[in-house]
Amino acid sequence: MNNTQAILKSEPKWLEELRNQGTQDYKTLPVPTAKDENWRFASLFSTEAAEFKPSSEPSSQSKDLCLKQSQLLDQSSAESIYLDDHLIKKTSLSDDLKAKGVLYLSIQEAIDEHPDLLKKYFLKQSTELGSEKYFGLHASHVKAGSILYVPKGVEIEDSIINYYWTDTEKGLICPHTLIIAEAHSKISTIDVFNSLSDSNQAMSISVSNIYAHETAHVFRKVIQNFNTKTVSFQLDTTIAEKDTSVKNLALNLGSAKARFENQVKINGSGAHVKMYSLTVAEDQQEFDQRTFQTHNAPNSVSDLLYKNALFDTSRTIFSGLIQVAEGAQQTDAYQTNRNLLLDPRADANSLPGLEILANDVKCSHGATTGNIDPEELFYLLSRGISHRVAMQLIVLGFFEEIIDELDSESLINTIRTLLETKFSAKLS
Amino acid sequence: MHSLEIKNLNVSIEDQPILKDFNLTIPKGEVHALMGPNGTGKSTLAKVIAGHEDYEVTSGSIELDGQSILGNEPDEISQAGLFLAFQYPLEIPGVSIANFIRAAKQSRLEEGNTLDAVAYYKELYEKMDALKIDRKFTSRSLNEGFSGGEKKRCEVLQMSMLEPKYCIMDETDSGLDIDALKIVSEGVNLMRGPDRGFLIITHYQRLLDYIIPDVVHVMFDGRIVHSGNAQLAHELEAKGYDWVKETFASPTVQ
Repeated sequence: MNNTQAILKSEPKWLEELRNQGTQDYKTLPVPTAKDENWRFASLFSTEAAEFKPSSEPSSQSKDLCLKQSQLLDQSSAESIYLDDHLIKKTSLSDDLKAKGVLYLSIQEAIDEHPDLLKKYFLKQSTELGSEKYFGLHASHVKAGSILYVPKGVEIEDSIINYYWTDTEKGLICPHTLIIAEAHSKISTIDVFNSLSDSNQAMSISVSNIYAHETAHVFRKVIQNFNTKTVSFQLDTTIAEKDTSVKNLALNLGSAKARFENQVKINGSGAHVKMYSLTVAEDQQEFDQRTFQTHNAPNSVSDLLYKNALFDTSRTIFSGLIQVAEGAQQTDAYQTNRNLLLDPRADANSLPGLEILANDVKCSHGATTGNIDPEELFYLLSRGISHRVAMQLIVLGFFEEIIDELDSESLINTIRTLLETKFSAKLS
Repeated sequence: MHSLEIKNLNVSIEDQPILKDFNLTIPKGEVHALMGPNGTGKSTLAKVIAGHEDYEVTSGSIELDGQSILGNEPDEISQAGLFLAFQYPLEIPGVSIANFIRAAKQSRLEEGNTLDAVAYYKELYEKMDALKIDRKFTSRSLNEGFSGGEKKRCEVLQMSMLEPKYCIMDETDSGLDIDALKIVSEGVNLMRGPDRGFLIITHYQRLLDYIIPDVVHVMFDGRIVHSGNAQLAHELEAKGYDWVKETFASPTVQ
């Protein structure tokens, strides 16, 4: 068996073993096919992952450009900027937050300074939604990542922002976000995936693991805006304990093909979990979304809303499963997928699912796919609004109920602008 | 030519004639009421004037101050000065009233000019107050979850913000209780003036107690069969639409 080489300095034995396991899984697990239930309607597996390699240190020119473009918000609690998996900038937390025990670490820093914390949480949650093979590839290569630890009772007001950029042809990046929120803590984070150029075809296999301990509040937002040549995997797992409030919100704009696996495991009662996603698909983009809401404890709520707007010959796949364990009584679990078809050639697939082993639950799932109602359009036009602006209002309005959930006015404006920029050119 | 003038208009849906040689002229400064039983083509007329594409106009003309608007896009017709208050205003999720009216006003400006936001909100709030619409409504999605009365007040708000030359109000009284009816009517009466014409489409005389028309037309089977002054509405109310059918049905039978 080939041993994976240590990628970071002085990697501990346990990490070496995880890397070896990852290499092993990547090599031995079969390439998925459309016959696999988890890959129905998808085609992302046809991209040959072996063609993509980690990139060498970027040029100072690229670094400068990257720094200039990493300007999502004016305010943040701290930021990390990675380019081709190389850390090019990391700002530190305020002295106040440091004094309270908040940790915001790169993986290397965690190895050096907090090995026990890392050992306890790092790479512990793989995916159960089909991309186990690619999780293996991630584990064997991961070096770029942000680890956030928020101690008991600490609330952090401004977001922590992680930027993950690519700039190399056939470059592989494996970004990793790990959030550990202790009891009564509160944190909001943003991950931004982006390409420095329009021309490089990259592969990103990102993983995030969120641990929301009792009563913690966590809100993670992800903006995926890679160039339209890139292939992206996003493998996210959240563990929600008792009385937690967890929200995740994904804005999906970029990539040629993007696979998004999002699973939430509710292990305590009284948890309240929201999962939102908004996607604008155009040209031949494929967005493949697989979700899993697992209720292992009674009296918790999970609510999922995924909205897709499709232009041209783009495709979306939504496949969601709600699983309620025996004994998880008084569960409220909802799953809604709404697709707005803006071109008759676009293709939205929806595969909702329920697996309920408790008898006293409220669960629902629903999927709708539709076009813009011509009467709605006529109503707007009849007020003098041009066809283009009317379409813009309707499409943006379609996403508004999710945008409304965002916690900062400047982020709301940023996301509206990103959305409008993406679809405005499509409207006439 | 200060009028909205409809001449010999023939309109069909799927080869079924709805409007038959329809003629109507609304001079600026006048309020005309159009009454008639269900299914005589009143709402079709309103939508055709506003440029709805579902109807086939086989002949005739529609001119706004001497300019033909027939065949124009609905947004062009609106910009030319026409406003249609919908019988069933649509719900537009995620589009707030404030943004919607703002987009409509912005569309009337020259390219490159932007609306003065402060002045816009001042005007919006004043007009909302006059129509007794809670200011909190500005951020609510257009018509979503509104009661019938709220929807109609919102239509009149839009009308008043866009200051059209000609207003067509399609069954604005339907779904209104008496208080809302009074508020909506006050809003309309405030807009009456020498530079504006109104066509009030209604099934009942009730609304015309509050908005006193200059002329009342009775429509039956795709055309106006009788016109008179405000008194005609009362006469209709007293005699009922069966009287219309009995009196005017025969001439249309071939």
